[in-house]
Amino acid sequence: MNLSQSIPGQIPLLQLSAVTKSFGSVSALKGVSFDLQPGEIHALIGGNGAGKSTLIKIVAGAHSPDSGSIKIHGHRVTQLTPSAARNLGIACIYQQPSLFPDLTVAENIALRLEKIRLFARVHWTNRRLKAVQLLKLIGADISPDTEVRDLSMPQQQLVEIACALGSKARIILMDEPTASLTHKEQERLFALVRTLRNDGVGIIYISHRLEEIFAIADRVTVLRDGESTGTTPVTETNPSALIKRMVGREVSTLFPPAESQLGPMVLSLRGLGCTAGGVKNITLDLRAGEIVGLTGLVGAGRTELARVLFGITPADTGEISLNGQWVVITSPQDAIALGIAYLPEDRRRQGVILEMPLSHNITLASHQRLFPRNWLRHTTEQTLAEKFIEDLAVKTSGAVALGNSLSGGNQQKVSLARWLATKPKLLILDEPTQGIDIGAKNEIHKIIRRLAKEGLAVLMISSDLPEVLGMSDRIAVLRGGTLAAILPRQCTAHQVMSASLGLKEEGVGA
Amino acid sequence: MLAVFAPNFFEPQPLLSRLASAAPKLVLACGVALVIIIRQIDISIGSLFAVCGTTAGLAAAADWPWPLALLISVGVGILGGAINGLLVAQLRLPSIVITLATMVILREGVRLKQQGVFINLPEGSQWFGLPMVLGQLTLCTLAVGLLLIMTLLLKHFSAGRFIYAVGSDEEAARLAGIRPRLVTFLVFITMGALTGIAALLNLVQSPQVDPNSGRGLELEAIAAVVVGGVAVSGGRGRLWGVFLGFLLLICTSPALTYLGVKPYWEKVIQGAVILLAVVADGLRTKKAK
Repeated sequence: MNLSQSIPGQIPLLQLSAVTKSFGSVSALKGVSFDLQPGEIHALIGGNGAGKSTLIKIVAGAHSPDSGSIKIHGHRVTQLTPSAARNLGIACIYQQPSLFPDLTVAENIALRLEKIRLFARVHWTNRRLKAVQLLKLIGADISPDTEVRDLSMPQQQLVEIACALGSKARIILMDEPTASLTHKEQERLFALVRTLRNDGVGIIYISHRLEEIFAIADRVTVLRDGESTGTTPVTETNPSALIKRMVGREVSTLFPPAESQLGPMVLSLRGLGCTAGGVKNITLDLRAGEIVGLTGLVGAGRTELARVLFGITPADTGEISLNGQWVVITSPQDAIALGIAYLPEDRRRQGVILEMPLSHNITLASHQRLFPRNWLRHTTEQTLAEKFIEDLAVKTSGAVALGNSLSGGNQQKVSLARWLATKPKLLILDEPTQGIDIGAKNEIHKIIRRLAKEGLAVLMISSDLPEVLGMSDRIAVLRGGTLAAILPRQCTAHQVMSASLGLKEEGVGA
Repeated sequence: MLAVFAPNFFEPQPLLSRLASAAPKLVLACGVALVIIIRQIDISIGSLFAVCGTTAGLAAAADWPWPLALLISVGVGILGGAINGLLVAQLRLPSIVITLATMVILREGVRLKQQGVFINLPEGSQWFGLPMVLGQLTLCTLAVGLLLIMTLLLKHFSAGRFIYAVGSDEEAARLAGIRPRLVTFLVFITMGALTGIAALLNLVQSPQVDPNSGRGLELEAIAAVVVGGVAVSGGRGRLWGVFLGFLLLICTSPALTYLGVKPYWEKVIQGAVILLAVVADGLRTKKAK
């Protein structure tokens, strides 16, 4: 089957032209064009934050684009809402099935397919028959009377597919459908997807597993930083070429130079694991003055590892050594007492307390050190806060200003100040510059480098490849909850991406 | 307005009596303020108030030493607060449901035990054995003293800071090394202890203990707190505001009487005031987002 370009005379099922979408100051899509032909499996790939989710949410009607046009079956659509998308024959199957756990399979299917009328009579027998029919069609051995909470993840996914089929969808979006499937289930899903394709359905298939894309897709579109790097038939490309397009340009020289002197060992992990957090067998060393970048795809276990180190979900296997002593960390209090600081990912929810003055925010984690008798000394607090505000160049009217008066970048600095006030030995940063404007980003990078130079050991979690490459002395790549590779400072984006995707390095770009 | 329509409202003696009889409410309001700042609620305090008063009264009537009866009241209050606190903090259950249940259990427990019978206190226990005016002054001083202590706690102790932090953003507080569950538990215990003290301040004002006392007290305390500017969404509020809210509310009911409004309206107005304060806070938070 050759569908390399739009086939003359054939109307694409879906056509996006120059679609843009911004969230606040962050632009998620910068003019992406995309088309889906009938009877095609079109793979969509890209690194974290490349814009895949935004794109499928636009097609599903969950987001509306800022500009650009959407054509479905050749007709221009302006107000695409989730229900309008459904009526136009678009169905979505998300990585996490979105079914109602307390309702039965038949009820869930009915909810998707039946028109919503508040006082209509419910035809229970019809509902059940329809469900049986659909489940049989996809060869799923599931009783329609089971409550969804009793189904396994793959079974729930099959129900989602049944819904998509039942709605006579012509466009089906699949977001990492195989993430929770076994090999056998995956084979069955592929067979089903191929049947759908042969019936003329168009499928947008998102996956991080490149080998799957080569096994099933007809064409592939690579997104990077909210832009499309083009669409290619899979027969005309290879994994290495795709990775190259995912990572794009090499790192710019915007980053402060590495000039740290490595000091004594601060952190040693030996076979560290935590079942609840999905992290296993991590062995890693970190020295004073060193910045180790921790990267990997979404779900690879980066934040989970940080949470294990900080005692939020304590480790159940392996050992942690801090400053040469074996330690057990079972709570954030333990971690703080041992000199670990953790700047969380979601600073609006877990970082700065928006209703508190900056001075209170800055001392919040250091009460034991600053006020050993639990008696607050407001002048000490004020002085300390002012010192940090000056030191980190926080743009604010003063230490008494509330947290919610600051911009994102400045909130992040206050969050950082809170942890520096604890005088830590090990600083864990989780996406320290996510959603921050470029100027503040640069400043935060300089601060991080300076802290390392002053002897702090820094573990920096980041999805931002240029940031990881530009800032890290070494790069630890996680995949599936465990260490996939530890790469030196001089490594390339290509190597990092290959390790993240679990591909053997072919010596390309090294 | 009050001064114009009811000139005798501000005469010293009735004013002192009124303040003394309202003193327990101020003590309760201090506790409720802490509970609301950590974004919880306690509606069992009226019942707990009756339980504390009744147990202390029974002890005193059985000729137990007077200081012991005082301790018993506070002890029972702490126990009640600990039960609420444990259920809310440890099981993460909504405090409105937990304290609704304890409210009913405690209230009906007292009814079962006393069948509505008043307890006669021994001679000379009224007003701590002092002359009435002096006793009333002592009561007011104690209540204001407790207010000051709680203000100090909130403003000058780490514990107070942690209370605000937990109420504003529990997850952020936890990641900053604060233990939100412990803070919640301790706040409920404080609430219980203050309820016990409030019951005592009520006990010494009459020669008898009414086992039905404390009905609707939770409403009055919550009203004083929210009128005093404590945000029902947690994390914000000061005790001097609560004090003003308290003064305003104890003035409303006599003011209504003087103005010739039927007393039935009092609770309606209190409820409306709470609703108004909550709506105002809701609008403010919505605007902030």
